[in-house]
Amino acid sequence: MAARVEQKPISGISTDSPNPSQSPEPMRGARILCEALLKEGADTIFGYPGGAVLHIYDELHNMRGRLHHVLSRHEQGAIHMAEGYSKATGKVGVALVTSGPGATNAVTGIANAFMDSTPLVVISGQVPRKMIGTDAFQEADTVGITRPCTKYNYLVKDVGDLAEIVKEAFYIARTGRPGPVLIDIPKDVTAEKAPFVYPDRLSLPGYRPSVHGRLSEVKRAAERICEAQRPVLYVGGGVIHSNAFDELLELAEKLSLPVTPTLMGLGCFPSGHRLSLGMLGMHGTYWANMAISESDLIIAIGVRFDDRVTGALEKFAPHAEIVHVDIDPTSVSKNVRAHIGIVGDAKSVIRQIMDVLPARACASSEERLENWWAQIGEWKEFAPLKYENSDQVIMPQYLIEELFKLTRGDAIISTDVGQHQMWLAQYYPFNGPRQSITSGGLGTMGFGFPSALGAQIAFPDKQVIAFVGDGGFQMTAQELATAVQYKTNIKIIVMNNNYLGMVRQWQEIFYDGAYSHVNMQWLPDFVKLAEAYGAVGLRATRPDQLSGVLKRGLATPGVVVMDILVSEEESVYPMVPAGAGLKEMVLG
Amino acid sequence: MRHTLSIMVENKFGELSRIVGLFSARGYNIESLTVAETLDPKISRMTLVTTGNDETIKQITRQLDKQVRVLEAVDMTGFAHIEREMALINVKAGAGVERQEVLSLVNIFRAKVVDVSSDGIIVEATGDWAKVSALIELLKPMGIREIVRTGTVAIARLSEASTTVEELDEEELAV
Repeated sequence: MAARVEQKPISGISTDSPNPSQSPEPMRGARILCEALLKEGADTIFGYPGGAVLHIYDELHNMRGRLHHVLSRHEQGAIHMAEGYSKATGKVGVALVTSGPGATNAVTGIANAFMDSTPLVVISGQVPRKMIGTDAFQEADTVGITRPCTKYNYLVKDVGDLAEIVKEAFYIARTGRPGPVLIDIPKDVTAEKAPFVYPDRLSLPGYRPSVHGRLSEVKRAAERICEAQRPVLYVGGGVIHSNAFDELLELAEKLSLPVTPTLMGLGCFPSGHRLSLGMLGMHGTYWANMAISESDLIIAIGVRFDDRVTGALEKFAPHAEIVHVDIDPTSVSKNVRAHIGIVGDAKSVIRQIMDVLPARACASSEERLENWWAQIGEWKEFAPLKYENSDQVIMPQYLIEELFKLTRGDAIISTDVGQHQMWLAQYYPFNGPRQSITSGGLGTMGFGFPSALGAQIAFPDKQVIAFVGDGGFQMTAQELATAVQYKTNIKIIVMNNNYLGMVRQWQEIFYDGAYSHVNMQWLPDFVKLAEAYGAVGLRATRPDQLSGVLKRGLATPGVVVMDILVSEEESVYPMVPAGAGLKEMVLG
Repeated sequence: MRHTLSIMVENKFGELSRIVGLFSARGYNIESLTVAETLDPKISRMTLVTTGNDETIKQITRQLDKQVRVLEAVDMTGFAHIEREMALINVKAGAGVERQEVLSLVNIFRAKVVDVSSDGIIVEATGDWAKVSALIELLKPMGIREIVRTGTVAIARLSEASTTVEELDEEELAV
C-alpha cells in the first residue's frame, strides 16, 4: 500500500464545558485570564509577583475570595507546590511567575512535572510585545527555554486569543499523558481589553489521545495472561493518573497475579496486600526483581521501563513476553520491545482486558500459579528487607517504621530524591493512591517540602508530611515562611545523616570510599531554623527519643520541623549497581 | 541510513523549532528541511531528510506524531514515493569547448540554463537527491562557483504500480 499522507479536515474536539459565556463588557487580559482559570475549576494559584505580571496581580487583588493565591518564597517552590497540589488532588496545578528570572527559576519545577507527567498550567509574564527580542529588563525567551520540558507552550500575541489558549492549555495538560503547559503572556496583553468569550469547543486536529486499546491486541493480551505460568504485573504512575486503583486490584485478585509497583506507582496497589511484591528496580525488593527476571509474561501498565527500573536492558526479563499498556504511544517499545503494545488509558484497558477474560481462566488461575507463588515465597524468605537496628543511633529504616506506626499509613508523604526516598519506598507501605508524592524522573532535591506544602494546602485537614534529607531540605527551606504564613499544619521530618547520603553511598561503593564533597560540614540548627520562621522545632538524636519526638511533632498543631539525627553511613540495600542486570543485586 | 520524513503540522509560530528540537536534542543532524503551506493554508508540510539508526528514527517519528500541532508524521522511506529537489549551480563556462561540455551535461540531465555570461552559466537542475548530486559531481571539474539546493520534497505515489512520466523518460535516456 502506498503511503498516503492525506490532509485531514480540521475537526472540532468537543469538550464537556457549558455553552460559551459571553461578556458584552470588554475586560483587560489579566481579568480574562482569571475568569478563564475559574472556568477551568482552578481555585488555588501558587505564585510569585514581579513587574511583568503586575496587571495580573492587580486583578488577583480584585478576585480575593474567588481565586486563592499562595505566595511562595521562590518560583521553584511555587511550581513544586502546584505539582504537590496536583498529585494529591488529581486536578491541574496552577502556578504564576514573572518574566525573566521568574520563569528561569520555574524551569526546574516544570522539568520535574514533565518527567513525572504531572498536569500543570504555568503562567509566566513576558515583557511587552514590542520589547520582545530587545534584551529588555527581565526578558528571557521563556517559550524557547521551556519548549523541551513542557508538553506544550504558548506565547500569547493577541488578547483575543487568551481565553481559548487557557482552555486549550488545561485540556492538553490533563488529557493523554498529562504534563505541564506554559502560557507566556506579554505585559501589554494583560492590559489590553477584549470581550471575554469562553469557547465551548477546541480545535486540536493533531491531538487525539487514545483512551481504549485496540481490541485485537487486548484479546491477545488476555489470552497470554490466561496461559502464563510466571506472570508479573508491573505497574506505575499511569495507573494513578487514570484512577485505575479499583480495576487493578480486581484484575490482580481475579487471577492471583503478583504486582510490583514502580516508585511513581507506589500506592496504586495496596502495599500490604498479599499479592504485592513491593517496589522493583535499583533499590527494589529482591523477590520483585527476581520475579521480573524469571517471569514468562510481564504485564506492564502505565510505566515506561525507566533505566532505574530495568537495570541493564540486555539482561532485563530475558524469558518474558511483554505486554505494554500505556497512554503514550512513544513509551511503548521505547526501551524494551513490547510483544503486545496497547496504547490506551490504564483504567479503560484493564477494564477491556477483564471483559474478554474467559471465566475458566480466572477459576484455574490460583492453581496454575501455585508453583510460581511458591518460588516467589522462597525468594522472599531468602532475602527479606532487613537492617540491623541499634540502641545507640537511630537507623533510618527504624525511623520510617516508627513513622508508619504513628500514621497507620494514612498520611500523604512527599520526598526529595536520594536515600530517604528509597528507604521510604521500601519501609513505608502506602496503601492507596495519591499518598506518595515524590520526584521520580528528574530526581529533584528540594522537591519534597514545597510539594508536600501544595498537598497540605489542597487538604488542610489531612496529615501531610514532608520526609526529606538534610541536603534537599536546605534547597527549598525558605518555604517555611509560606507554610507558616498560610497557617498550615505541615510536618517536616528531616532525616539528617549529615551527608548527601546517596552520593556518599556511591562514592563508598564505586569510588573506594573517597568522599568528595558529600559531607555537610556545616549544617544549620534545624530546630532554631524552624523557630526563626515561627514554626516549632524538635530534635531526636537517640533511638529512645524517636517515638516521643515523632508523636509530639505529629500531634503539635501548626508547622513542625523534626530534626532526626540518623546513622551517618548507612547504605540503601538491596541495590542493583549501575549497568548490572536486575538479578545481580547486592544484598548488603 | 537516509530517511525522508513527511510532517503535516498546523501553521503556527514556534512549531518549526519544536520539531527541529526533537532532532537536535538527540544530536541528530538534519540534512535538509523544506517547509511550505499545503492546499489548506492553516497546515504546512515539512519534508525533512536525516540520517540515523532505524530504531531511533522510528522513535522520533512517533515523537513527532505525538506533538500537539502535528497532524501526521510519516517516514516516507518505507513507502513508494517520489522525491525531488532543485539545485541552482553557478559553473564556470567560457566560450568554446568548455561551454559545450557544460551544455551537453545540462542536456543529458534534462537541466536548464537560466543565466549565462561570457565566462559562466547558471544551471537549474531538478531530480532526486542522487541525480542532482551526480550532476554536481560531473560539473565539479569545470569549476563550480556556487551551489544552492532546495532540499528534498517528497510525495506518496498514487499506487505501488504507478510510474512517473519522468521515470519513463529516464529509462529511455539510459538506453
